[in-house]
Amino acid sequence: MSNYSIVSLIRNAFSHHEHWGRAWRDPAPKPAYDVVIIGGGGHGLATAYYLAKEHGITNVAVLEKGWLGGGNTGRNTTILRSNYLWDESAALYEKSLQLYEGLSQDLNYNTMVSQRGVLNLAHNLHDVRESVRRVNALRLNGIDSEWLTREQVKEFCPAINIAPDVRYPIMGGTLQRRGGTARHDAVAWGFARAASARGVDIIQNCEVTGLRRVGGKVVGVETSRGYIQAGKVGVVAAGHSSVVAGMADLRLPLESHPLQALVSEPIKPVLDCVVMSNAVHVYVSQSDKGELVIGAGIDSYNSYAQRGSFHVIEHQIGPLLELFPIFSRLRLLRHWAGIVDTCPDASPIISKTPVENLFINCGWGTGGFKATPGSGWVFAHTIARNEPHVLNAPFSLDRFTSGYLIDEHGAAAVAH
Amino acid sequence: MSNSHRTASGGRIDRTRSVTFTFNGKSYQGCAGDTLASALLANGVHLVARSFKYHRPRGILSAGSEEPSALIQLERGGHTEPNLRATQIELYEGLSAASQNAWPNVNFDVGAVNGLLSKIFVAGFYYKTFMHPQSLWMKLYEPLIRHAAGLGKAPKEPDPDRYDKMHVHCDVLVVGAGPAGLTAALAAARTGARVILADEQNELGGSLLTSGETVDGLPAASWIAKIEAELAACPEIRVLRRTTAAGYYDHNHLTLTERRTDHLPRGAAPHLSRQRLWNVRAKRVVLATGGHERPLVFADNDRPGIMLAGAVRTYVNRYGVTPGKRAVLLTNNDSAYAAALDMQAAGIAIAAIVDVRTAVNGPLAAKARAAGITVLENRAVVATEGGKRLTSVDVMPLAADGGGVVGMARTSIACDLLAMSGGWNPAVHLYSQSTGKLRYDEAAACFVPHKATQALHCAGTCNGRFALPDCLAEGVAAGTEAAREAGFTADAPLPVPRAEADAEEPLRPLWVVPSTQLVGRGSGKHFVDFQNDVTAADVLLASREGYQSVEHLKRYTTMGMGTDQGKTSNVNALAILAQSLSAPIPQVGTTTFRPPYTPVVFGALAGRDVGELADPARVTPMHRWHVENGAVFEDVGQWKRPWYFPRAGESMHDAVNRECRAVRNGVGVLDASTLGKIDIQGPDAAILLNRMYTNAWSKLDVGRCRYGVMCKEEGMVIDDGVTTRLGPNHFLMTTTTSNAAKVLDWLEEYLQTEWPDLRVHLTSVTEHWSTASIAGPKARDVVAALAPDLDLSADAFPFMAMKEAVVAGVPARIFRISFTGELSYEINVPAYHGLRLWTEIMKAGAPHGVTPYGTETMHVLRAEKGYIIVGQETDGTVTPQDLGMDWIVSKQKADFVGKRSFTRQDTSRADRKQLVGLLTQDPTMVLPEGAQITAQAGGTVPIPMLGYVTSSYWSETMGRSIALALIAGGSRMIGQTVHAPLADKNVACAVVKPVFYDPEGVRLHG
Repeated sequence: MSNYSIVSLIRNAFSHHEHWGRAWRDPAPKPAYDVVIIGGGGHGLATAYYLAKEHGITNVAVLEKGWLGGGNTGRNTTILRSNYLWDESAALYEKSLQLYEGLSQDLNYNTMVSQRGVLNLAHNLHDVRESVRRVNALRLNGIDSEWLTREQVKEFCPAINIAPDVRYPIMGGTLQRRGGTARHDAVAWGFARAASARGVDIIQNCEVTGLRRVGGKVVGVETSRGYIQAGKVGVVAAGHSSVVAGMADLRLPLESHPLQALVSEPIKPVLDCVVMSNAVHVYVSQSDKGELVIGAGIDSYNSYAQRGSFHVIEHQIGPLLELFPIFSRLRLLRHWAGIVDTCPDASPIISKTPVENLFINCGWGTGGFKATPGSGWVFAHTIARNEPHVLNAPFSLDRFTSGYLIDEHGAAAVAH
Repeated sequence: MSNSHRTASGGRIDRTRSVTFTFNGKSYQGCAGDTLASALLANGVHLVARSFKYHRPRGILSAGSEEPSALIQLERGGHTEPNLRATQIELYEGLSAASQNAWPNVNFDVGAVNGLLSKIFVAGFYYKTFMHPQSLWMKLYEPLIRHAAGLGKAPKEPDPDRYDKMHVHCDVLVVGAGPAGLTAALAAARTGARVILADEQNELGGSLLTSGETVDGLPAASWIAKIEAELAACPEIRVLRRTTAAGYYDHNHLTLTERRTDHLPRGAAPHLSRQRLWNVRAKRVVLATGGHERPLVFADNDRPGIMLAGAVRTYVNRYGVTPGKRAVLLTNNDSAYAAALDMQAAGIAIAAIVDVRTAVNGPLAAKARAAGITVLENRAVVATEGGKRLTSVDVMPLAADGGGVVGMARTSIACDLLAMSGGWNPAVHLYSQSTGKLRYDEAAACFVPHKATQALHCAGTCNGRFALPDCLAEGVAAGTEAAREAGFTADAPLPVPRAEADAEEPLRPLWVVPSTQLVGRGSGKHFVDFQNDVTAADVLLASREGYQSVEHLKRYTTMGMGTDQGKTSNVNALAILAQSLSAPIPQVGTTTFRPPYTPVVFGALAGRDVGELADPARVTPMHRWHVENGAVFEDVGQWKRPWYFPRAGESMHDAVNRECRAVRNGVGVLDASTLGKIDIQGPDAAILLNRMYTNAWSKLDVGRCRYGVMCKEEGMVIDDGVTTRLGPNHFLMTTTTSNAAKVLDWLEEYLQTEWPDLRVHLTSVTEHWSTASIAGPKARDVVAALAPDLDLSADAFPFMAMKEAVVAGVPARIFRISFTGELSYEINVPAYHGLRLWTEIMKAGAPHGVTPYGTETMHVLRAEKGYIIVGQETDGTVTPQDLGMDWIVSKQKADFVGKRSFTRQDTSRADRKQLVGLLTQDPTMVLPEGAQITAQAGGTVPIPMLGYVTSSYWSETMGRSIALALIAGGSRMIGQTVHAPLADKNVACAVVKPVFYDPEGVRLHG
């Protein structure tokens, strides 16, 4: 694999860029692998990469039924942050944010991690109370977080309207300066390229149709490209996790819903941070390309169709214009939906399962992108060592019977 | 008026009405009926924009909504808008427009230096660099990228316009008013069906406005007028001009955006909303959306003066504009010949038609030759010249397979206009949004509708039928069938209008027109996506690097991601990709077509849901009094609640202390109308309560009240409140203010999905009643004055009882319940009488010094008593036991929601966070709510946290600060010292029981 750098770019310019190789290899599936990862999204690819890098397990295949990163990896609003309330979540997402901070260099692929700050707005006394609570908890957990007054909010984000006479005036906000965004496709492609370079086989257009079990153990996967024997199988199938788990007669406490997002036409820089508001339900940032990237709500019905209801988009815009009246004459360019798998406690499952050799990483709900490297890192550990890392031990499947839930319903702007 | 490039006559513009406009600060004249693009072309202006990445000079490519290049910033100040297509802006007096993404101006743009680096700035180059040193990414590289990106500028002022929404049903919605759409609409309307016909243009006619073909023996314009008149005579037709069908969703739900004032001078029609967003549910839909011409991909195909042939024809025929003096046409199909003939007739010299096909012998070619036009067969344009305007093209013979050129000799042809045609794509965007399947038509080299999944018909060009007679016939058939399926037939069906078309020769798909050098070598750029500067070489690079899914291609190169969403580029790009993979085009497929068809103004999506109407503000019947008496309000859910009632000169602290003293020592009154109220009736009402609340309800006497706590399945508290038995089968539940709707939903969900057998009915009565809570040692005196007939003695009317009585002349329910710890009566009267009740209380209470108090005082008083507030002492992770309320969780009941969870490991562990009181060592120190609690002072992060402060106030009653907190194992820590490490200091506190005032409850029962 050739190294990416300005030097290699210039060198290749002389040969009209005709000698660049594939970013990742395109092998035919082998008959058997030590580990098969089902799902070629960011989390699955990250898992494969860290299996190879951290645990030396390279006889690994990532099976993707469509194209890499075609699920929620390519459909989210690209926000990075680790300002979670509970210790367990804060530790996991902080690990992920730290991995993001060096990810471009680690992968030798510019994932455009942009730590422009994530601002969470407070609009009522309850918001203020919860915000202060979170800032204090984060501070004691060693994670950067600060409370901004209304005026400081305006100073940090000049485009925002802090007028007191709007329906839900801004009373202040919390800021995580290390939060921001990353280029979502690049995260998938960068992990794919780096994993492939370490020997991982990345196999697209390969749909898993069954999990073969012998004596309660998973021994391989049936696919649209034939049977593949597997020492261990990791399921990282996001919205379809419960479908894949069902192939091993495993019921997961998940609901799959459409979640929508939209972008505006590209404009010159007008918003230099991520702005989120739980109370009026807005999350928005501006991409490096100039588009406003806006998260919309979840459709309340269950669905696997990557298509949402238009009224959800409509209802998203009034609140946006409350916060940013100057956006009114800008235009919606494109909207779309992804299928998110939500857990009852709004926290993920990264866990062994009752089926031997079958591991599961799912339930990221509306906020999985920020966790991509961390999720892969702990899941790789779990698969390699056959036991969870201390960071993901609390996120086990059995918490739904023991009751040790990690209730993060306040974590996302989206009501689950 | 005279324009340098205006024909002497013809076109649909009004030459008698001159319109003055400015572009880039210079004043020009156009005609009424012009678009900004046609008016600029009439003035000989081609250079209007700079491209996104290389800042190449760009002109006007098309004449419609597919325009990728001619994007401009319209107007200034609050009316300004970025990225508008000049081809769609109707000219109005005083219009002011400017080029964007160019500095200092579009003629001399410093950004063009990027072009020099274009050998490095290939597709995805930024993924390969800007990584070292890491610190420069945020400081230098990314700011540079962000500065360079984006097109136009956002306004700096709020939008002066307003927007509306419409919600309608119809039998048949016809999208597009070209020949197919017009006939479809008329055929359907004749049946009496409710028909909506929507077209994005200012006038009906579609392609007929360009082609001017004869229909039913009439010139196009006359035939259109005739159909329009016939449509107008139909009773159930609605024709929407300037209306774009933007999205096609499930169940035949389409959105239309109607532009009502954009064609008028700004501010000219203040009585009109600027745009309307229509939500239409149609029984049947006819898509007659026409098609888009494809550019050809050849070297330097992007210079100003290079246009789509069909667009040139539109400018000539519809707008009376000659975009050039001397033109070359480059084509792979016959449609360009019709354009050439019309161009020649308008006075444009046709230097040659360069046709990539080996031999061209159809009737159209014969007409061209007969008109003296040179046709150069089997040739390609291999280069173009001209910096800011095309000056010449180089032509060479093609090799037999079309993959290269023959020899080295090139013929240069001087021209200022190149009209190109690479064939036509049906506009299948809406069809694809509807999830309809596409099929690749090899002969026409385009994707056409194949298998619809919704109740729709495609007609005409949208359906891959390009000739006028076919469009008319399909329109009639689709309109008739759609109406029939919707239940309507016509007494006099519409006959298919007669028209003729020349037979056309097959086109030759030549996805990359070759040059003397391979694509990607040499200096010429073969642009595929003009807006995002994606070239054929970029597509090949992506393919080479493995970005071979069409979605990867799109994302890696940004092809099709511009404001035009790839209307002119997608098929060319995926065909080049297919070629590079030696795969058939259908195997590569298309990217997902996402709504909207053309961008939709955010203001229109929000409609009236902005400003005051962003979210309804709910107020109580007493609200006016609160406002008049200086209340400061707090948002609680959608409600506006008085927070405190400051008197002149009082701070919030002063006011709250005064209100607290009044309630503890005299009497206060609170507007409690916002609390949720659910009327529960039916023989199984008590059973429902037993199952939803943790405590028992069956034995509650009529006329008595009981406090209840509601949990979710996992045993966590979600709501609390007092429920009163009004009759054997009749209860009134109160909920917290912000949870009222959620609790009703929660009860209904259980009733409807789990226990449909229960005979219970729930009704929200929150807004039926106004509630005033009179609290304090003198409360009885005030109520006695208001309800003289009622026996208020503690025996006759004890704590937790309810009486009906006439209060201040109004029939009322009086609840003796308390959230302050004081003797307290909550008086409910029908909402209509709320204000009267309130003023009567103020009057009757005046001798006792009755004091209105707000939510802040309520919070302080209840905290002194250790009463919880759901959402403050709870956060979805707190059980009743954690709150010290073991007493409220029935041990006897067989089951209730949450019961099972109380036996789980997690809910029974000893180190759960439990509610305690905190007293700071410094009694004047009021802890911030949300402060975390630790066992030790100081330490290095991460510092383990025991819990956090849920409520904290200055207690006037106690003369010191008080706080409530949830602390791990807190109930066993009474008397111990814990710490609240704040950002600037550490605060030591004693853990105490969470009741600070009157723990025996003497005052309640008085």
